[in-house]
Amino acid sequence: MIPLEYYLVVASALFSLGLYGMLTRKNAVNVLMAIELIFNSANINLVAFSRFVTGDTEGQVFALFVIAIAACEAAVALAIVMSLYRITKGVSLEDASVLKG
Amino acid sequence: MDRLDAVSSLKYFVPELVLVLTLIGVLLCDLISKNRAPMERRLLIVLPSLFGLLVALFFSVSIYFSASGPDPSDAQALFSNMVAFDGFGSLLRILFIFTAIIILLFTIESRELRSVHHGELLVLLLTVTVALIWMANSINLLMIYLALETVSVASYIMVGYLKTDRLSNEASLKYILFGAVSTGTMLFGLSLLYGLTGSLDLYEIRAALMSEQVVASSGPALMVIIVLVLAGIGFKTATVPFHFWCPDVYTGAPTPVTAFLSVGPKVAGFAVLVRFFYGGMASSTGEQTWTMVGSVDWQTILMGISIITMTLGNIAALLQTNLKRLFAYSSIAHAGYIMMGAVALSDRGIKAMLAYVVVYLFMNLGAFLVIIVVHNNTGSFDIKDYAGIWRRSPMLTIVMGIFLFSLMGIPPFAGFLAKWYVFAAVIQAGLVWLAVIGVLNSAIGAFYYVKILKTMFMEGSDTAEPSSKLELHPLYAVLLFVLVVPNIVGLLLWGYLDRVTEYSHKLLDVM
Repeated sequence: MIPLEYYLVVASALFSLGLYGMLTRKNAVNVLMAIELIFNSANINLVAFSRFVTGDTEGQVFALFVIAIAACEAAVALAIVMSLYRITKGVSLEDASVLKG
Repeated sequence: MDRLDAVSSLKYFVPELVLVLTLIGVLLCDLISKNRAPMERRLLIVLPSLFGLLVALFFSVSIYFSASGPDPSDAQALFSNMVAFDGFGSLLRILFIFTAIIILLFTIESRELRSVHHGELLVLLLTVTVALIWMANSINLLMIYLALETVSVASYIMVGYLKTDRLSNEASLKYILFGAVSTGTMLFGLSLLYGLTGSLDLYEIRAALMSEQVVASSGPALMVIIVLVLAGIGFKTATVPFHFWCPDVYTGAPTPVTAFLSVGPKVAGFAVLVRFFYGGMASSTGEQTWTMVGSVDWQTILMGISIITMTLGNIAALLQTNLKRLFAYSSIAHAGYIMMGAVALSDRGIKAMLAYVVVYLFMNLGAFLVIIVVHNNTGSFDIKDYAGIWRRSPMLTIVMGIFLFSLMGIPPFAGFLAKWYVFAAVIQAGLVWLAVIGVLNSAIGAFYYVKILKTMFMEGSDTAEPSSKLELHPLYAVLLFVLVVPNIVGLLLWGYLDRVTEYSHKLLDVM
């Protein structure tokens, strides 16, 4: 069986990739994809811990909730990106730069 | 303490149930009134929401009096240890519902929201209110995360409610990107905490952290977890370094929504902070003080955040020319003061946080109401357009002055009481120099608050008939009165506030 450490390494790598993508990408949709990586890294952790550490289903239930919430959040975020696109005709974060200071 | 199952928990959950039914009802009212005249339709959604909120307020007040007392033995863990029922949460429940009522009335005559339909906004407002109550009462990591996300997702939409307005959309996009990353980071921390302690229940987590085997091996891991979790809490409370969204979102959002964000989610964020750190990472010594559990000194981390937050908030506020932006930084600074209460690690610190939050609600909502009234008349949020307000409406200037002096913490007003509470709490905890930094910060804060007031007294340079009176809608006049009175008589209510916080600072404890 694959030991717990492997899962944790994958999860940490995904989390780091997510943070990196979020900080470097200029396209709003790309940033959203990076955010999905962060959520899924937490999911891997939760399911792996529930299998290896506690042996109960709490962590797996948590992961199911996270999947549902992430879907809601992505839907709202895409709706907002669409709404901004109607005004600025672009989805780059540089289009969203009127507010500053 | 009992652990109640779902069915027997319901009788402690009446206000939340009323709010959920109200929001479904308002959604239906909104749908069936589609073909009515706009005015009639407005009434058909505002009245049921107001009615539902008032009923929920009534129930939560009666629950408060049954729940809180000097004896914390009435505290319960509801829904198989998902939600706490204690004096702390009962007081915050009243505050959140009261805030929602005030904000609901703010939206009615606001110029920014005049051109859009209010149905969904009120439904979202009710959703956020329910979720704020859950946030303040969660004692399980899953519940904390769910409540936090419910608040976030609904408030993203509220910020972007003006669909055709570029600033509102931009603020909403920044809010959701920043918010999703922060809560995602927090979620990663929670998942690690679950792995470290093997439980999602805060009290079981504390028990696990107290065991020597975990303490010996968990130092760095626990440190990482606390930093990650603070990303989510810091986002909600708008504390440095997770405050970047705050000025942009406050500027772009419709002003009633800004007012709501500056009180509701911020207060709920601090409630989560208290539940998480005092429930899961500290234990009461029985003599009004708490000791940290586990191997990480989170008191120092919170202290650092508190100092940087208030200093940066106050200094950045000095440079602002837009009043909404200025109040964004001002609310960041106030978050720093509130956090001082959590740093104190004592019952007195929790009491100070509650007292600060109660007073902050009145002074901050009041200041935002003045901003809404002025914007209704002048259509501007720029400080320079506040010149000449004194001549156009002396009453409004005096009222704004009271809110500003209260925010500064000048003695006859309630804000002084709030500051006194937190400073006393940290001094009692032996952190005199932290209190000194707090006082210095209040002095910096006085500069920009006085600047606003000075501008209001200045002669208007302008253009548009300077002698014309400012119009004040009767509804707003009543609201201003309601908000300003507690600020004036604050010191008289000292004893009462002391009793309220004394009764409600007790957290549910399973030790």
